[in-house]
Amino acid sequence: MVERTRVLDVVCHLILLLGAALVCLPIYFALVAGSLTIQEVQQVPLPWLPGSQLFTNAAAAWTKGNFGRLFVNSAIVAVGITVGKIAVSMLSAFALSYFRFRWRMTAFWLIFASLMLPIEVRIVPTFESVANAALPLQWLADLAGIRVTLQWNMIDTYGGLILPLIASATATFLFRQFFLTIPEELCEAARIDGASPWRFFRSILLPLSTSNMVALAIILFLYGWNQYLWPLLFTTDKNMATAVIGLKHLIPRSDMEPAWNIAMNAALITMLPPVMVVLVLQRWLVKGLVDSSK
Amino acid sequence: MAGGRRETGLKRAHFVEPRVAAMLLLPQLAILVLFFFIPSIRALAQAFLLADPFGTVVQFVWFDNFRSLLASADYRDSVWTTIWFTLAQNALTLAVAAVLAFATDRVVRLRSAYKMILLLPYAIAPAIAGILWAFLFNPAVGPLAHMLRMAGIAWNPNLVAGDALLLVTLAASWKHICYDYIFLVAALLAMPQSLLEAAAVDGAGPLRRFFLIALPMIGPTVFFLVVMNFVYGFFETFAIIDAVTRGGPAGATNILVYKVYQDGFVNLDLGSSAAQSVILMISAFALTLLQFRYVERKVNYDV
Repeated sequence: MVERTRVLDVVCHLILLLGAALVCLPIYFALVAGSLTIQEVQQVPLPWLPGSQLFTNAAAAWTKGNFGRLFVNSAIVAVGITVGKIAVSMLSAFALSYFRFRWRMTAFWLIFASLMLPIEVRIVPTFESVANAALPLQWLADLAGIRVTLQWNMIDTYGGLILPLIASATATFLFRQFFLTIPEELCEAARIDGASPWRFFRSILLPLSTSNMVALAIILFLYGWNQYLWPLLFTTDKNMATAVIGLKHLIPRSDMEPAWNIAMNAALITMLPPVMVVLVLQRWLVKGLVDSSK
Repeated sequence: MAGGRRETGLKRAHFVEPRVAAMLLLPQLAILVLFFFIPSIRALAQAFLLADPFGTVVQFVWFDNFRSLLASADYRDSVWTTIWFTLAQNALTLAVAAVLAFATDRVVRLRSAYKMILLLPYAIAPAIAGILWAFLFNPAVGPLAHMLRMAGIAWNPNLVAGDALLLVTLAASWKHICYDYIFLVAALLAMPQSLLEAAAVDGAGPLRRFFLIALPMIGPTVFFLVVMNFVYGFFETFAIIDAVTRGGPAGATNILVYKVYQDGFVNLDLGSSAAQSVILMISAFALTLLQFRYVERKVNYDV
């Protein structure tokens, strides 16, 4: 703050209050709608204050949407993506910045290339890859003249939901950039003391990376929980869908009973875990987002 | 090791154990080959092939898929829809985020409370953001749709193209403002206070300081955000479209990513879908290159 300007300060507060109201408006009306009975929710205009059915509707939404099962799926997928991506990318970033080997730059560019294309642009062929992950082996077998039919269908499996979403290098580059800022002396000292690469990784790099890992874990958890396109395509079995997909099926279409109260309540339930994460770990989230752009 | 040529991105103190390095890289490369390289190459290949609906006869057709794609009025409509949608979303998101960020930078009291609330949409899935807004503006039950009706404004996103496009733009911007906001707040915070103070001493008022100092200083961040907003608008708004309008009414919100999905999975026109994927890949590629320019440019601005 450079100088005090009373009017400008008031204007700023008003702007921020308006912004906060705009953010809360849709969530608030979801809360209102989610707490009404089905008759009340169809009134025009919709009441401005919440009704008394919040928990009744929540219980109804929970069973109707099969959320008991879908929440477990969402949690497995989100945690799987988080842990998988962090582990895979830390190891490869370690190899790229701390090892000298012949194909280092080739490996670097191969990984780098995956930054170029978001997953959405290759949905159809990726779907085919997941429907039969053994395809490359099949080609090799065909080339070698071996007559076998290899089939490894990952549709409706957690692997199929998780692995394609790990196939991008964003996290690898975050860790690589971070490793490059670590003082050289640490590795020199470790080598003089005769530490193996694994020992150096476990005792020095891993503890130093904790804050980066936490920040990245939050982003990846939200990313995983909020996935839509992949679970929509990769799951045909209702029991393998994720919470967001389950919610979609509760939204009234024109030929359905307009149970908006149940649908909006389900929307609140589904957004609750990621919202809690953001509220509690906000500081880390901001750090992670800003760091990952560097 | 000491006298050797310094390799880019390699630590001076490093290990020379190629087998360990290969083991470390194996998981990443295996996943990338399976779920990135093979699908991308197949999308490229498929774009030049024509298969009959049963997939039994496959023909190599050179650029026919692209030619028929560019000749189709549907596709051109989709391109224009995407352009309008991303431009509107980009402008709205950035403008609102900038105003909020500057206001946040000035206030002292309640700052963290404002930040906490403004960050909330980051946690909310695009699909859910779409559902929330679809409810607000639902012509039958939505409270905001009712207000519009009371104000004498005709509103029906299920039938009117402009209404539908406006609705998805609002939902997409609402979800993404927080992202731009985080970066702008961080950029303002990193701005050297001494510059602003010096200008204030020289008699520059808050508005003058804003236009002559703050805005140029955060230029690179704004550039980065414009690129990221395009990436978001092009690729990540799929869920919003699917949850709110399903590309309707009559293709009015059928953006390119949604069309790839529709042609690939609903209409099963794989050649056309692959050709569309390739065009999207090229635009993604261009956006990534722009994003890297940001990294270069930012260096010049670092104080």
